Amino acid sequence: MLLANLAILVLAGFVGFAVISKVPNTLHTPLMSGTNAIHGIVLLGGIVVLGLGHDLSVLSKLLLVIAIAFGTINVVGGFLVTDRMLSMFKGKGPAGAPKGTEQR
Amino acid sequence: MNAPPALVQILYIVAFSLFIYGLMGLTGPKTAVRGNLIAAVGMAIAVVATLLIPGMGNWLLIALGVIIGTLLGVPSARQVKMTAMPQMVALFNGVGGGAVALIAWVEFRSTGGFTDEPGYVLIASLFGAIVGSISFWGSLVAYGKLQELISGRPISLGRLQQPANLLVLVAALACAVGIGLGGHSEWLIVGTLVFAAALGLMVVLPIGGADMPVVISLLNALTGLSAAAAGLALQNTAMIVAGMIVGASGSILTNLMAKAMNRSIPAIVAGGFGGGGGAAPGRDLGDKTVRETSAADAAIQMAYAGQVVVVPGYGMAVAQAQHTVRDMARLLEDKGVDVKYAIHPVAGRMPGHMNVLLAEADVPYEQLKEMDEINGEFARTDVALVIGANDVTNPAARNDPGSPIHGMPILNVDESRSVIVLKRSMNTGFAGIENELYYSDRTAMLFGDAKASVESVIEELKAL
Repeated sequence: MLLANLAILVLAGFVGFAVISKVPNTLHTPLMSGTNAIHGIVLLGGIVVLGLGHDLSVLSKLLLVIAIAFGTINVVGGFLVTDRMLSMFKGKGPAGAPKGTEQR
Repeated sequence: MNAPPALVQILYIVAFSLFIYGLMGLTGPKTAVRGNLIAAVGMAIAVVATLLIPGMGNWLLIALGVIIGTLLGVPSARQVKMTAMPQMVALFNGVGGGAVALIAWVEFRSTGGFTDEPGYVLIASLFGAIVGSISFWGSLVAYGKLQELISGRPISLGRLQQPANLLVLVAALACAVGIGLGGHSEWLIVGTLVFAAALGLMVVLPIGGADMPVVISLLNALTGLSAAAAGLALQNTAMIVAGMIVGASGSILTNLMAKAMNRSIPAIVAGGFGGGGGAAPGRDLGDKTVRETSAADAAIQMAYAGQVVVVPGYGMAVAQAQHTVRDMARLLEDKGVDVKYAIHPVAGRMPGHMNVLLAEADVPYEQLKEMDEINGEFARTDVALVIGANDVTNPAARNDPGSPIHGMPILNVDESRSVIVLKRSMNTGFAGIENELYYSDRTAMLFGDAKASVESVIEELKAL
């Protein structure tokens, strides 16, 4: 299981490199914000440990509730802020995107 | 912790495919909005899948955490001004790292110091604890600096900084090793977290304003890595993939930004801004004087120019002047003036910061010129209008090897026939360095709030 997970880890790293290699400057900030939202995935960790935990002490539970709250802030805040930023690139008619750059 | 059942795993695969697909969309202007939405859907699927794991309990507490997070996160994301976006991203990033650190702490508590856990769980958890804690506290400092709660100037121990950082790092690692050798005392994990926190504070505090975007991006990548480590410890593929993608893409983005400033990431992290300490004054400028101009003169100068290049910076963002600038540009265009915008990669507080603001003000995409594209044009430019940009126009970066920003690519504003600088006062920029551009014979200063200044220029233009 560990080796399979390590393989996934390494491959995911290469995917990350490949996806980002070509980005117009304009999108750097939204992209940072978008990747920022995605690492809000730590929310899952909080849910798993709290949901499956047995005999957690009060302190542990408190810490996990905070962790889940943190993760939720990261996720919802991250995606909302990215969306707000990106929505500013919309609604400018044909000028909104550079000519001839058909995206995949 | 056992691996989740097949159904959950399959949903995880769907979720991280959506992350990757969404991220691919985020790299193009046309598909970006949809890309973000797709990634968000992926996140929703991942959360639902996690809740489907058999044996889930503590529902009330989970709901409590999610509700608190939503109540705090949604309004702040909705209400934050576009200009304050960078610090918001820093804050959202920080809490992610904080979550990883807290999870690692609880893992320590519930496994009795990782007794009977495989070695990789211990290593991954402690890695998450250290990196998550660094990211949390480092991001808080970045937030404080950008929000101007803390001085934007480098705060450092001078020559003692690096030995001190090293010492704290060793202390954090020592605590972690203590746990690895079978230490059960809770003080060990708390010590690991606290020393890592101190390291986060001490690394980011000495870093000056201009390097802040790079730091936020670096912390973003670190949080991604810590999330991936937590995923390894919990055998959660969604976390491994999502965390690692962010770690990898964040590193690339960090590198792109550092390159744009001709700075190396190790130099930024190790040295604060320039080795020479805080407010390096640059070359002695003697008692040169600046030439002040009026809105009327500026208006006339621009109205009869062939080409005007607007150089926006953080000052435009603070004054929320982007719409006013756009209005001014339209008036100039009606008079037959060519208007372009010169965007330095790190103008403002984040790469692309200016693009976002100008896009908000409906400035046509083709008028936004990146540095390499516009630098050849300044010699043909009649008026360069610098709106609250400072360090990115400072010729010292080219001419003065002693300057802390020497070597950073700049916009060659000083090559244009005349320069008008809109500025609140003669205060130095975020990096705390004098700008010789202001003392040039070709430069005229128009003091005041950027928005108010541009508005009075508009009045004068209408009256012409």
